[in-house]
Amino acid sequence: MSVAATAERPTANTPRSVVVEGNEAAAIGVGLARPDVVAVYPITPQSTLVEHLSQMIADGRLNASLMNVEGEHAVLNGLQGVALAGGRTFTATCGPGIAYMFEPYVRTPGLRLPMVASLVTRDLLSPQCVWGGQQDAMVVREAGWIQMHCETVQEILDTTVMAYKIAEHRDVMLPVNVCHDGNYLSFGVTRVELPEQQEVDAFLGPPATNWHIALDPERPMGVDPLTGGAGGPGPRNFVRYRKGQCHGMQNALRVISEVHAQWAERFGRNHAPLIEEYRLDDADCALVTIGSMTGAAKDAVDIARDQGEAVGLIKVKTFRPFPLEVMTAALAKVTRVGVVDRSVSFGWNAGPVYQETLGALYHTGTPIPAVSFIGGLAGADITAEHFARAIALTREAKWGSVAAEPIWLNEND
Amino acid sequence: MQRQSREHFDASTIPDDLAPIATVLSKMLPGDWRSLRPVIDRRKCVQCGLCWLYCPVQCVTAKPRWFAFDLKVCKGCGVCAQECPQRAIRMIEEAG
Repeated sequence: MSVAATAERPTANTPRSVVVEGNEAAAIGVGLARPDVVAVYPITPQSTLVEHLSQMIADGRLNASLMNVEGEHAVLNGLQGVALAGGRTFTATCGPGIAYMFEPYVRTPGLRLPMVASLVTRDLLSPQCVWGGQQDAMVVREAGWIQMHCETVQEILDTTVMAYKIAEHRDVMLPVNVCHDGNYLSFGVTRVELPEQQEVDAFLGPPATNWHIALDPERPMGVDPLTGGAGGPGPRNFVRYRKGQCHGMQNALRVISEVHAQWAERFGRNHAPLIEEYRLDDADCALVTIGSMTGAAKDAVDIARDQGEAVGLIKVKTFRPFPLEVMTAALAKVTRVGVVDRSVSFGWNAGPVYQETLGALYHTGTPIPAVSFIGGLAGADITAEHFARAIALTREAKWGSVAAEPIWLNEND
Repeated sequence: MQRQSREHFDASTIPDDLAPIATVLSKMLPGDWRSLRPVIDRRKCVQCGLCWLYCPVQCVTAKPRWFAFDLKVCKGCGVCAQECPQRAIRMIEEAG
């Protein structure tokens, strides 16, 4: 089944490119992975992503069942059933939608179901807002899903396909959120290269979702029995499963790197799997970024470099599991760091990626000045000028002068 | 215990720290943790069968002239007493 973006576009198995928005790039990636069931609810909210998918299914370009259910809670419960029956699944969600999905969402990783879902990141309510931000992704960062944040439209397509291979790896068996920034990537239109269907088929192999837990009359078992309670074996069993889940997450760090390397070898496109170091080796000051903001941040780094400033950048792609080892190694190269978040940690009055960067800094053994910047909330643009300001303030940062407030980059726009 | 038509899944072939599954039946029955038990007044019972229909654990059994409860299985929920049109069932506390 071809997944060309429209019927009149070139047929499968010829190298080709199309000009699409990020949501369509994700839909093409999903189509290439040949899911058995796509479950959607049209709004709480939904994006054009599943509109593209439902069109592909309606046109016969994707041989999958579209399950149109009554809300995101039912979306994920339904897809758990599909995965337990051996099917490959997909859905997309964001903002209030993932809030509505939360109960089955937190259960999915514990069931070790290798599902893939796009998270088109969006700021959470309130104030009422339908624009981009990463608050939704940050709120669910401890739910146990793998989170990979894309920088470009091409990376969305490629990562969406790779996500299935990562999720279904026997050492991982965990659900994956492929995150892309609402507005800037979801509606950002660029040219993307399309992988060939037969190459993707060979890359992914057949689905492997229920060899370990199943709804299958041929293999009768109780799925997710009560596990706990003092005085019996329950808590011991619970710890065993929890440890297994943690090991799956840690294994994912290796598998994500392997799968990205395999992708580069087969399709010729190299995406940094965990973090990307940009002009970092001789830098004394680094910005840490996540998601689509990275493009403008790289521009600001280039401009600063042209002015003779030793500035570099660390982009976080894989946020869950947190790539502690490579992050620590990258941070050890610099003497000052500024972290730009597109969301807020209410508990720390700082950004979530900033918090986690501080956690990695502990492991370098050398405390250095670190500054929290928050920008891009509610669809605001973080421009190269904003990043230039972040670089300048980071370069001035001194140890011990811990700011009482993060620096809000779009405060005076 | 009713015999299963098929052997349970052989879980020894997969890691035991992966997904929570159960492949042996629990020995515990609902009656092991019941706090109220149904008592039937045989004179009032007309064998209408409503308790049999409503019982969520299917512990109601028909006797020659009344209905009785399998107390190994009854969990003491009291639905039968609530629904009995003859008021023939009352719930009493389990002693000890």
